[in-house]
Amino acid sequence: MIEFTFWDIVRNLLLAARWTVLLSLAAFIGGGIVGMVVLFFRIAKNKWSRRIASGYIALFQGTPLLMQLFLMFFGLPMLGLRIEPWTAAVLGLTFFASAYLAEIWRSGVDALPRGQWDAGASLGLHYLQELRLIILPQAFSITRAPTVGFLVQLIKSTALTSIIGFEELVRTSNAINNATFEPFKVYGLVALIFFVMCFPLTQYARSLERRAATR
Amino acid sequence: MAFAWLPGALGDIAHGAATTILLIAVTTLAGTLLSILGAAGRRNGPVLLRRAIAWYVEVMRNTPFLVQLFFIFFGLPSLGIRLDPLLAAMLAMTLNMAAYTIEIVGAGLDAVPGGQTEAALALGLRPRQVFIKIVLPQALKIIYPALTSQIVIMMLESAVVSQIAVRELTYEADMLQARTFRSFETYFVVTLVYLAMSMALRRLLVTGGRRALGAGVS
Repeated sequence: MIEFTFWDIVRNLLLAARWTVLLSLAAFIGGGIVGMVVLFFRIAKNKWSRRIASGYIALFQGTPLLMQLFLMFFGLPMLGLRIEPWTAAVLGLTFFASAYLAEIWRSGVDALPRGQWDAGASLGLHYLQELRLIILPQAFSITRAPTVGFLVQLIKSTALTSIIGFEELVRTSNAINNATFEPFKVYGLVALIFFVMCFPLTQYARSLERRAATR
Repeated sequence: MAFAWLPGALGDIAHGAATTILLIAVTTLAGTLLSILGAAGRRNGPVLLRRAIAWYVEVMRNTPFLVQLFFIFFGLPSLGIRLDPLLAAMLAMTLNMAAYTIEIVGAGLDAVPGGQTEAALALGLRPRQVFIKIVLPQALKIIYPALTSQIVIMMLESAVVSQIAVRELTYEADMLQARTFRSFETYFVVTLVYLAMSMALRRLLVTGGRRALGAGVS
């Protein structure tokens, strides 16, 4: 059996945490881009476009992320698409994030007074210009706190990709635990690493929330 | 796509769904109770207790549920406490949910005007009676929508406890796809079952809340 010192464990976990960080960033950026598209559908004037977007959001918010990942990873190959754990993880988390981000941003759009749209129209702006210049900047700035809050949720959600075989922090810790039989130490350290990543963001979201409340 | 396996699998799917429902029922009751105690303790308890509860909330909210589950299921036996997977899952889910609902219940307690407490005390009620009979019902009514969302989120999160071999819906899905080799169809069907369950649970909580609390939930 290989001997693991405390520092070996810490070093291996920190190396694996790189992938957690990278996956979180990829999913946040991907989810942001897809989420923007969903948002456009969700607030469009066309009734069917709004319905499709609502259905998309309800689907991803009403089913477990783990099932979504399973469908990506085990399901797509059956349809003839071979897929790596990394691709499945990024795709799965991207779709998951897009639904939540679209819904968060939509609440920002809804919070704007009707007059903002009317003012834009009276200035002679067309729909896309109104969105780009008036509506979306305000909607994003109102929803900054819940957006950061969701990033924390997304970072924690990357833990689930260990189950479909993506080699991130939790999967590495399972392997180390099997070799060392020290679950308290190993999972305690994993929890600590996640905490160090998430806690500053939680605090930041909270301060944004306070600032928004006093404004 | 082939669904010939489905009729024979309905029993397993129903059994898994029943276990998922059991998990969320226990978690909702125990988690809400624990969070009422936690939120009250965080406001009125001794300083050390307040700090401990605040840290508990931060730690649970900033670490993944999967890691908490592994910590409890694989960690506790090395202290000599051996938990059945189902019990470990209930414990982990309750502890996780409480961290979120302590915040929610706390926000509700803060939203009840102080005059309510003063009026009740002036009428001669003891502080505990004031909390249970006057403040808590009003707070629950205020937070009911947030509590409903948290319960649904927790039900979806419960899919993860399949990883410690609790025979709930996701675990049954794993077993089924291993037996039928129809992984896409199996996960597709089970995903739809989850969707139906989360929609039904939300509906149930909304109408139930309207009856019991008169809480306005959309």
